[in-house]
Amino acid sequence: MTDLISLFVNSVFIGNILLSYFLGMCSFIAVSNNINTSFGLGCAVIFVLTITSPVNWFIYYYMLAPGALSWVGLPDIDLSFLKYITFIAVIAAIVQAVEMIIDKYSPVLYAALGVFLPLIAVNCAILGTALFMVEREYTLMESIVFGAGSGTGWMLAIVSMATIKKKMRYADVPDGLNGFGITMIVGGLMAMAFMMFSGITL
Amino acid sequence: MKQLKYLFEKIDPYFKPGGSMSRFFGIYQATRTFFFLPSPVNRCAPHIRDHLDLKRFMSFVILALLPVTLFGMYNAGYQYYLAASLPEQIGFFKTFTTGALHVVPIIIVSYTVGFFWEILFATIRGHEVTEGLLVTGLLFPLTLPPTIPLWQVAVGMSFGIVIGKEVFGGTGRNLLNPALTARAFIFFSYPASMSGNAVWRVIPEKITEAGASIQNGITGISQAIPIVKNQIDQVLVDALSGATPLSLGGSTGYIEATLHQAGFDLKTLLTGLHPGSIGETSALLCFAGAIFLMVIRIASYRIIIGGIAGVVITSMIFKLLPGPQGTWFSAGPLYHLFSGGFALGISYMATDPVSAPGTDAGRWIYGFLIGFFTVLIRAVNPAYVEGVMLSILFMNVFSPLLDHITIKIAVAKRIPNG
Repeated sequence: MTDLISLFVNSVFIGNILLSYFLGMCSFIAVSNNINTSFGLGCAVIFVLTITSPVNWFIYYYMLAPGALSWVGLPDIDLSFLKYITFIAVIAAIVQAVEMIIDKYSPVLYAALGVFLPLIAVNCAILGTALFMVEREYTLMESIVFGAGSGTGWMLAIVSMATIKKKMRYADVPDGLNGFGITMIVGGLMAMAFMMFSGITL
Repeated sequence: MKQLKYLFEKIDPYFKPGGSMSRFFGIYQATRTFFFLPSPVNRCAPHIRDHLDLKRFMSFVILALLPVTLFGMYNAGYQYYLAASLPEQIGFFKTFTTGALHVVPIIIVSYTVGFFWEILFATIRGHEVTEGLLVTGLLFPLTLPPTIPLWQVAVGMSFGIVIGKEVFGGTGRNLLNPALTARAFIFFSYPASMSGNAVWRVIPEKITEAGASIQNGITGISQAIPIVKNQIDQVLVDALSGATPLSLGGSTGYIEATLHQAGFDLKTLLTGLHPGSIGETSALLCFAGAIFLMVIRIASYRIIIGGIAGVVITSMIFKLLPGPQGTWFSAGPLYHLFSGGFALGISYMATDPVSAPGTDAGRWIYGFLIGFFTVLIRAVNPAYVEGVMLSILFMNVFSPLLDHITIKIAVAKRIPNG
């Protein structure tokens, strides 16, 4: 249990998926103009990551990993080269399915998440989390916690970015830097502040 | 004074829009307000009648920083002669001038580079040269070790002013504290001169021998000054047992005993005659400055008291937890308060009104979390011995979020109309 808590803290702060690994930058830059929408997108990312991580775990360890197909009598097959395309397909499929399920059973949540749910399918933070999960050889339980933690870290980053952008409404940014440029600079400064945690081993 | 006023009035039209020198209005404005209060008044509410404009506001911070700076100079000289083990024979005056000889070039470089960028941006972008720089340009050197090469000061200041402040539109719009942005930049870029593990002492030449006087500095000012490379420092650590207090620990026994043995009892840490960054060593003077700023209501007492509470509570909890007794994990609250840069950081940098939250509740939380993260990093992060700088920067990033949440809660509490 302590391991899982420290893994969670680790994935939120120390190895923040956005500010330490710079994954999911595109929606971080594009969708952080409004605090409420960025909060909604953050929730959607947590939601999707918590579901896709364990599903990808099952698919990897029961179909793709070296020797994973021994349960159908094929112990020599190594399909791990397929993991990228499989993960992307799984993420897209799950996002689609989740979207339909939410639409059917909770139209309110569906309306709140709006266009962000399908957008998540192409968010590199989701794929990155799945690949980290394989690379670090997490167990099933760990992969769920890691997914939720990465999502929380991503949400923390995008919501604080949105509040910073709100504060910067009074800033007088040079014309050439307006928009993406200043967002990248702010992202870099945030990452510098997040280096506070680098080096902590839990 | 009258003649000066006459002069300003005479050249005034040239700098007005349409005048031949209007491009340099920023520089003119800065010089003029240096001597006289600006004449324009507000055209709409609020009509606050106060002589405390930004320039005077910042001057009070400089005033509060002055004792810290002067003591920093004295301490640099003291450590210099201590390394040669003859601080007693040298008089106060000589010690002070020796220290000043090391510290003043750093401050000069910091101000020169800072004003260069500020004036450049002011001239090109047509905003005023503002006085935030006066504080930034002094605070930044105070966070540096006296052994810092001057070109690193210039590099750090350039980053802090341009990326930390000017790209956001100048004073009052920055996201992070510019002085700390500058320091963090050179902290991560040149860890060898900034890590805080080795002694931050300027060492006399006869100890370090010829190899130590490294020619550095683009200005040439530092040519004559013996500045010690990290490796030589490491050797001297053994020779003089003079690591900075925060890098001690990890050995057997209690941390208090280890510190005491190395000569860092609470009194030394409080008064500040020990190696460290220029301005950080004397917690007493820093807190005195903090009280001054709190009394004249320039610094927010909520941030400072919140920060102290954060350090005290967190370090008490850590002390009660079963942890390694020999490290900073179990050093008591007083040691955490008085050592390292906490006193300097919480008094002058965390209270920067621009990068701190604007709501009262937000300020309490902001201060508290700075204290909390400072102790957390000192206790559990082996990568950094000191955490004040990064925890202030980290909370700077989250201060708009704190404001947002505070306002949200306040709005939710409000009794709805009808």
